[in-house]
Amino acid sequence: MDFSIIADNWPLYMQGLGLTLQLVALSLVIGFCIALPLALMRQSSIKAVSWFAWGYIYFFRGTPLLVQLFIIYFGLGQWEWLKTTWAWDLFKEAYFCALLSFTLNTAAYSAEIIRGAIAATPHGEVEAAVAYGMSPFKRMFRIILPSAARRALHAYSNEIIFMLHGSSVAGIITLNDLTGVARLVNSRYYSPFEAFLTSGLIYLCVTFAIVAAVKALENRWHAHLRPRTA
Amino acid sequence: MKKLLTVTALVAGLSMAQVQAKDWNNIRIGVEGAYPPFSSVTPEGELVGFDIDIAKTLCEQMQAKCEFVKQDWDGIIPALLARKYDAIIASMSITEERKKKVAFSDKYYNSPAEFIAPKGSSLVISADGLKGKKIGVQRETIHDKYATEHYPDAEIVRYGTQDEAYLDLQAGRVDALLLDAVAGEDGFLKKPEGANYAFIGEPIQLSEEGAGIAIRKQDTDLVEKFNKAIADIRANGKYDEVAKKYFSFDIYGK
Repeated sequence: MDFSIIADNWPLYMQGLGLTLQLVALSLVIGFCIALPLALMRQSSIKAVSWFAWGYIYFFRGTPLLVQLFIIYFGLGQWEWLKTTWAWDLFKEAYFCALLSFTLNTAAYSAEIIRGAIAATPHGEVEAAVAYGMSPFKRMFRIILPSAARRALHAYSNEIIFMLHGSSVAGIITLNDLTGVARLVNSRYYSPFEAFLTSGLIYLCVTFAIVAAVKALENRWHAHLRPRTA
Repeated sequence: MKKLLTVTALVAGLSMAQVQAKDWNNIRIGVEGAYPPFSSVTPEGELVGFDIDIAKTLCEQMQAKCEFVKQDWDGIIPALLARKYDAIIASMSITEERKKKVAFSDKYYNSPAEFIAPKGSSLVISADGLKGKKIGVQRETIHDKYATEHYPDAEIVRYGTQDEAYLDLQAGRVDALLLDAVAGEDGFLKKPEGANYAFIGEPIQLSEEGAGIAIRKQDTDLVEKFNKAIADIRANGKYDEVAKKYFSFDIYGK
């Protein structure tokens, strides 16, 4: 065991952590923006709309992230006509391909979480909103979604953590994320234990930070659900 | 006393078993299988290539039974140290860093490196000419090391296998590849997908020592066995027989 190689390569690990966090944060934010309309579409009474959302969600939840990444990165690279369009400037970059596949993937999972939370809205809340004469739109944004967001928080924190861990596949398409850096250090010094243990510990720290942050949010948002103390 | 005797007997038995194992009648050999023409897998799942044929010839020479274990490049040394196999015959260049972890036999070939780029590319092979360009290499090969040291202003893009690097060169994600000249010629340029690509610049001799067989440091007897076998097949013409099957020039080098 020789952890001096880790000390020597610490800046590399920090760069890897930066890339991982950036990829995960961006894909979660963009993915959430796609997930919200998707969850509403899934609830739609128009068949074509709800079937589209259903198909999207089941494709991305039904296939591994790694396969989706390979299809986008290596698969699309084989289409000659794509290379003649402006889109190729984006698809040429491994970073864009990773971001795209992570975003599409997390959008599907998040949409299911939001849909579940909406479906679990207590009847009384909706009835009260109707009794007040709220329009369906107002009902959705004033009553149902805020209430669903509270319920979804816990399940969504799992999705954040899954995404963080899932992002480790980025290393396979030449990106130097936290796992990619570990592979690099491993192949340079032939020390798999030190190299991967270090990135494992960093993932662990980030995971704990996420858990703590969600807990703080829950304390705030779920204050009304806590038993009252005198 | 009786206990002591049992222990002694046990230890004696163990060490005898060890001595027997060290006869090297059975050798497990780690190969990569993704580095044509040295090592690749046919659609039928059979391992073929120069590395594989040389390994078979060496085993014949040593009168040992050999078993091949396919292992990705990234984990090929750790798996040797973890005793998943006893020797690596996978075009591994002999380098100082690797010598810290494993022992090497004498070289069994030595081929130069060269750049491959799209035909008609205006790339100039120099530190200045490659500034800001993307160079694809297989992760932590001598080519990776050389490119990282000699072209600090270029972006080095590292791949797990050479085949992935070929895919990305075709996709236009890298400007050029730095790789073993022989692997590049037979594994890519001679194939239909390599038709629009060519070598650029001059061949570069990266390694003085060439490619050797990697063996765990404590197995010095196996190193000697392989060295003798390499010398034997060089002398009795069997090496040339195999080499002729693959190359039109002298792959062994000086």
